[in-house]
Amino acid sequence: MSLYVDIEKNWGSFHLKVKFEAGDETISLLGASGCGKSLTLKCIAGIETPDKGKIIVDGVTLFDSDKKINLSPQERRTGLMFQNYALFPNMTVLQNIRAGAKREKDAQKRNNMVQSVMESFGLSEFANRYPHQLSGGQQQRVALARILVSSPRILLLDEPFSALDSHLRFKLEREVRHVIREFGKTVVLVSHDRDEVFRMSDSIAVMDAGRIERIGSRGAVFADPQTRKGAILTGCKNVSSIERLENGQLWATDWDMVLTVQNALLDVTAVGVRMKTIRPGPGENGYRCRVVEEIENPFSYTIMLEPLNSKCTVPIGWELLKKDWEILRADEVGIHIPTEAVLLLRDK
Amino acid sequence: MDWFPLLNSIRIALISTVIIFFVGIFSAYYIAKAPRLVKGVLDVILTLPLVLPPTVVGYLLLRVLGPKRIIGAWFLENFDLKLTMTWWSAIFATTVVIFPLMYRTARGAFESFDETLAYSAQSLGLSNSYIFWRVRMPYCRQGILAGTVLAFARALGEYGATSMLCGYTPGRTATISTTVYQLWRTNDDGLAFQWVMVNLAISFVVLLAVNMLEKKNGKKGGI
Repeated sequence: MSLYVDIEKNWGSFHLKVKFEAGDETISLLGASGCGKSLTLKCIAGIETPDKGKIIVDGVTLFDSDKKINLSPQERRTGLMFQNYALFPNMTVLQNIRAGAKREKDAQKRNNMVQSVMESFGLSEFANRYPHQLSGGQQQRVALARILVSSPRILLLDEPFSALDSHLRFKLEREVRHVIREFGKTVVLVSHDRDEVFRMSDSIAVMDAGRIERIGSRGAVFADPQTRKGAILTGCKNVSSIERLENGQLWATDWDMVLTVQNALLDVTAVGVRMKTIRPGPGENGYRCRVVEEIENPFSYTIMLEPLNSKCTVPIGWELLKKDWEILRADEVGIHIPTEAVLLLRDK
Repeated sequence: MDWFPLLNSIRIALISTVIIFFVGIFSAYYIAKAPRLVKGVLDVILTLPLVLPPTVVGYLLLRVLGPKRIIGAWFLENFDLKLTMTWWSAIFATTVVIFPLMYRTARGAFESFDETLAYSAQSLGLSNSYIFWRVRMPYCRQGILAGTVLAFARALGEYGATSMLCGYTPGRTATISTTVYQLWRTNDDGLAFQWVMVNLAISFVVLLAVNMLEKKNGKKGGI
């Protein structure tokens, strides 16, 4: 286990209380802004001090409130990268990288390290440029090179792609995945983008209001988010409160649909249905629905539906490929929701 | 024309600007990081000389530095040193008057500093003094330079507090501003006008320097 975090911090009215561990893998903290994911990262880096708890990286205790251990950010050797990359604007690319290598005291070794990282990141041709003369992608590459040359124990990436255009983002995600593989140790990624998080990480911790709502492998978290917030953050657009019926079925009150589900525990208070998991035609949990709205996306349609003769207050969304809807298009359609597609959620 | 007042004004302004450069920057740096209440109180106290009439500053300084007052008497007794009526007495006056100019511009510059730069630098293992001199100061260079030049210009033109602390003795304590007043008072209009022109020329050059600094920075993309 390369990272162990168990901390608490009061920040005005905000209360942070997180506990998680990770091996040599990429773990993502997924949450909306203000959920405490960046604060957690800052606590690991030593920029913020938790009120109590413990942080251990690679067997080195960075923080332990009981033993009164609190290493300075300099001693922690956490490679922290910000959304804006935080390159020193008054230094060239080469000077920035050299600043990152300052921990190495042997001048010969330091020069070799700088040289090799400049080459492997393809920065040699930009060596004498200033950060503001580089594109966003190049800046990110310099930031990563500068961090890796400082030989960190762990990488902490705070929203690494949110400052980029979407086409560049895709390309840089691939570069960063490559860097992460080469690095081979624990990486903590903070993001609010579920697709990015899914592509980049091995495990995911869904955070809300200073707590971890759900933690697990990326597959498990997306297949079974367990909480309403978790479902929403992993991209489930249809969520409804429920009432439990005597026969064990659940009545989704927002959609006015009665659903048969697989063993719903007593603490289930809501259900979620991902827009792409709804199926056309009759089947389990089948309903005839009226089309309330047809929304065209670049490659698909989102159809907003309301069961016929119902007291539905919030329509349920169904996303399907353009060619499929063009065959089915009508004012009234039959759909069904397979039982395994119904996410069982808690509110809490 | 006796050039002593020019020389005297420049040396007073230079010495007090150097002192205030460091004092202003360090107080700005620490106060920018202080808790809100402390910051509010200190801010009022430290900005006071900017709004007080210079004669009030001069009066207050005389209350402590005068030969019969607490600090003045102590120096006179122990070092046989009179703190008033010498050319360098003016430095007490100018430092107090120009401090707020340096302090406020430097604080404004520090407050606009992007703290993520400091956080990243710390994580990279760079020492806090390296971060201060090699990252924070260059980033805030523009504001700090502007503050320094303004402070220098203001020190050069200080009249009220200076005249109270060191009076006007030709060839000993005379500065440009006290000389202009003295010449006008004694109806030497021609010479007074010459000194006014000297003062205008210096102010013009200083303000031109500030403008050029700003332009240069603007071109380099606000580094």
